[in-house]
Amino acid sequence: MSTAIEWPDRLFAALQRADVRQVGYVPDAGHSRLIERCRADADIRDVALTTEEEGVALAAGAWLGGQRAALLMQSSGVGNCINMFSLARTCRFPLLMFITMRGEWEEFNPWQVPMGSIVDPVLKLCEAEVYRARKPDEVEGAAERAVQTVFGDERIAAVLLSQELIGKKVWTK
Amino acid sequence: MDPVSEGRLERRAAMAALVKDRGDLLVVPGLGSTTWDLAAAGDDDRNFYLWGAMGGAAMVGLGLALAQPGRRVAVVTGDGEMLMGLGSLATIGIQRPANLAIIVFDNGVYGETGMQPSHTQGGVDLASIAAGCGFRTCLDVRDETALTDLAGRLKTFSEMLFVRVQIAPEEPPRVLPLRDGIELKNRFRAALGLKA
Repeated sequence: MSTAIEWPDRLFAALQRADVRQVGYVPDAGHSRLIERCRADADIRDVALTTEEEGVALAAGAWLGGQRAALLMQSSGVGNCINMFSLARTCRFPLLMFITMRGEWEEFNPWQVPMGSIVDPVLKLCEAEVYRARKPDEVEGAAERAVQTVFGDERIAAVLLSQELIGKKVWTK
Repeated sequence: MDPVSEGRLERRAAMAALVKDRGDLLVVPGLGSTTWDLAAAGDDDRNFYLWGAMGGAAMVGLGLALAQPGRRVAVVTGDGEMLMGLGSLATIGIQRPANLAIIVFDNGVYGETGMQPSHTQGGVDLASIAAGCGFRTCLDVRDETALTDLAGRLKTFSEMLFVRVQIAPEEPPRVLPLRDGIELKNRFRAALGLKA
């Protein structure tokens, strides 16, 4: 059984197995270990973005050039991507997303709730397959299914990583 | 020629000059006028016309340039499209792709929507922004000589390049390329020898 600490490593292994060569991300606490792994790997180009929709366009360009890409973001970033998803939808570009959730379990910040609460339906309206991982031992299976949907069927898929996996954000130190 | 257009290049002629003798250049135009300009210059499987995804042209170029380090990539987009994706200049600025040129056809207006003034007409300087994002070479193309020089550079450049081409705010007749996104994607990949 996976422990809470190693699930990002399992996501990283899934990216490696899928031969993902470009990883776009907006810095995120929940993805910090995965981002660190990508940055340390010479075969993966890590691309820090200023806003998440840049990553949708990055992935399209990567595919045009023969590489696979993935996009890491927090749930709030899904809202930023909606119009840019039309690029993947119209041209059927593979688009793989790993999304850390905010605004649900034990959220302290109410400003995270409006977007967090609509991530799942918004993604589905945008024709994405959505896979949810609530516990560490669900992460790898969800990632593998998403990889298959994205690169096997050339579609959009997202793995939603529940806030329970990441833990509470510490607000006072 | 009206006073606004004076001293500015004609957009169709400018695009034609850039791709006339393109070699193996890959070209990504932005939605709207630059896509029509590229279509008017002659269709090519190595053109990835954007009919949407406003603000995304430069990032499509980045993903492509990183995936194909042995090929030169030119994004040719308008000032309005570039303004919507200004952050991508910062993103590209720290990646430093040696094979990517970002070329902005700047006419100071949103031509597709009725010639409303863009921020560049109000004084926003895209070349300075690009310089501030780390583009060491930022060119301003205002005449035929500079345009000819740019066309040559597109075959030889070896570090990322930002170019502002000052074009006249005119609206030539639309020339519409293929608009089936799947077909555009597949034929582009096939032209690179990739499985469609």
